[in-house]
Amino acid sequence: MKLAMDIKKFCFTYNGAESPSLKNINLPIEQNKVTALIGPSGCGKSTLLRSLNRIHDLYPGNKYEGKIKLFDKNGENPINILELKKENELIDLRIKVGMIFQKPTPFPMSIFDNVVYGLRLMGIKNKDELAQRVEKSLKGSALWNEVKDRLNKSAMGLSGGQQQRLCIARAIAVEPEVLLLDEPTSALDPISTGAIEELVSELKKDMTIAIVTHNMQQASRISDYTAFMYLGNLIEFDKTETIFLNPKEKQTEDYITGRFG
Amino acid sequence: MKQNENIKSRRLFYNKVILFLSTLSAIVGLLFLIWILITLFLKGIDSINLSLFTKDLVDGGLRNLIFGQFIMAFLATLIGVPLGMIAGIYLREYGNGVYANIIRDLSDIMMSAPSIVIGTFVFILFVAPFGSINGWAGAIALAIMLIPIVVSTTDNMLSLVPKELREAGIALGASKHKVILDIVLRTVKIGLTTGILLAFARIIGETAPLLFTSGTNSFWTTDLNNAFPSLTVSIYNLANFPTDKARNLAWAASFILIVIVLLINLTGRFIIQKRRNK
Repeated sequence: MKLAMDIKKFCFTYNGAESPSLKNINLPIEQNKVTALIGPSGCGKSTLLRSLNRIHDLYPGNKYEGKIKLFDKNGENPINILELKKENELIDLRIKVGMIFQKPTPFPMSIFDNVVYGLRLMGIKNKDELAQRVEKSLKGSALWNEVKDRLNKSAMGLSGGQQQRLCIARAIAVEPEVLLLDEPTSALDPISTGAIEELVSELKKDMTIAIVTHNMQQASRISDYTAFMYLGNLIEFDKTETIFLNPKEKQTEDYITGRFG
Repeated sequence: MKQNENIKSRRLFYNKVILFLSTLSAIVGLLFLIWILITLFLKGIDSINLSLFTKDLVDGGLRNLIFGQFIMAFLATLIGVPLGMIAGIYLREYGNGVYANIIRDLSDIMMSAPSIVIGTFVFILFVAPFGSINGWAGAIALAIMLIPIVVSTTDNMLSLVPKELREAGIALGASKHKVILDIVLRTVKIGLTTGILLAFARIIGETAPLLFTSGTNSFWTTDLNNAFPSLTVSIYNLANFPTDKARNLAWAASFILIVIVLLINLTGRFIIQKRRNK
């Protein structure tokens, strides 16, 4: 089993907060698998996900403790991403660890320009190469057939579900090793949700996926591993089957059977 | 049940009273605008003809004045918009804590600073040392009026951009300034343009900042180092003239000025409306 990331004794405190929002989290994230983070609102699952590409650093004053290791494709040579300081190191990290948000975030530009945004930042200028990568990414996010004739039209004209798949295309265009999904379907209708879930199962062939979800059926459908969090603690982590069918902790069982949360 | 009916009819009555009062105040407000427009039109109508736009003030026309007023307002926009936008971007995207709040408050206070004071200030800095009123000083005075408006427009517009959009840019490996230039500013492009247009409409009709900075000039000139033609300052001068001809010209000039301001405002509002309907 190769790891993509490994979280060790991780604590996180928001700027100005007295107590940490995440306490002593230990969580391995296996390569080419889907790891789901579940738990009631405010349990810290989004905070944890957002630590994995250090997007928290956009707002000053937050405190990280412990280690989050990021491995290469062979599961070797870990770097501790909490030690990165320079802006270009963080940029490299975010190219390796992509992210999708709850609400679709298309940029106010054409569909094509959206998909190549990250590639252009990496310095790729060759038009043929960009066009190829756009096709590959849009096919990868199951959007190609719907938009191939209007790549130069504004991305704002797409439906919510299409916009979210566009954001996935944009994220996978830079070929990240890990893709973080922060409740990616909570703003979408059931059909779009189904499309994204199918997509996630496809994407894990090429990358590692960590997903935060409120929807326990979703976690059980698409994930290989599930971590249950509560009040900033990681209560239980195991194979998804085990968590849903045979949880060891009482709190986990209460949550997944709908007794609280 | 009876009591309920009473309460209901009383509420309906109050509702009607409030509706009547608010409609009345709206009509009173509008009445003055229409009154101003009609007065200006009737008083100016005798003097309004095509030659106003082909002749300069020396020959009884307004051409050089309209041109001069626009040139100074454009220059003010060229100076004020970049400065104001950069300051607004700083406040919203980079500024945090006390320092940014002080700047924001100061800028808001500047917005309500009496325009004549700004004129005096520019007189001391850019007129007195050179010994002559000049077009540059007029443009600078207008720019000082414009900057706080642009700062606040930029600041407010940027606050409407959802933070997820910035995060999405950062998450793709963009640096902060790339996110601001490529994504944030592009998102508010139309709103910002409209805001600048409305700010332009605000300064194009100003008199006090120009009164002793640019003054005005009866002749056609493009030389900003000397007294520069200004429509508003000339209206002030013409209105004080003892002849009917001069006064009628002042009415005509006032009418043209208010039409210009209205047109710019309506264009701005039209853009906003169109965007909302999209």
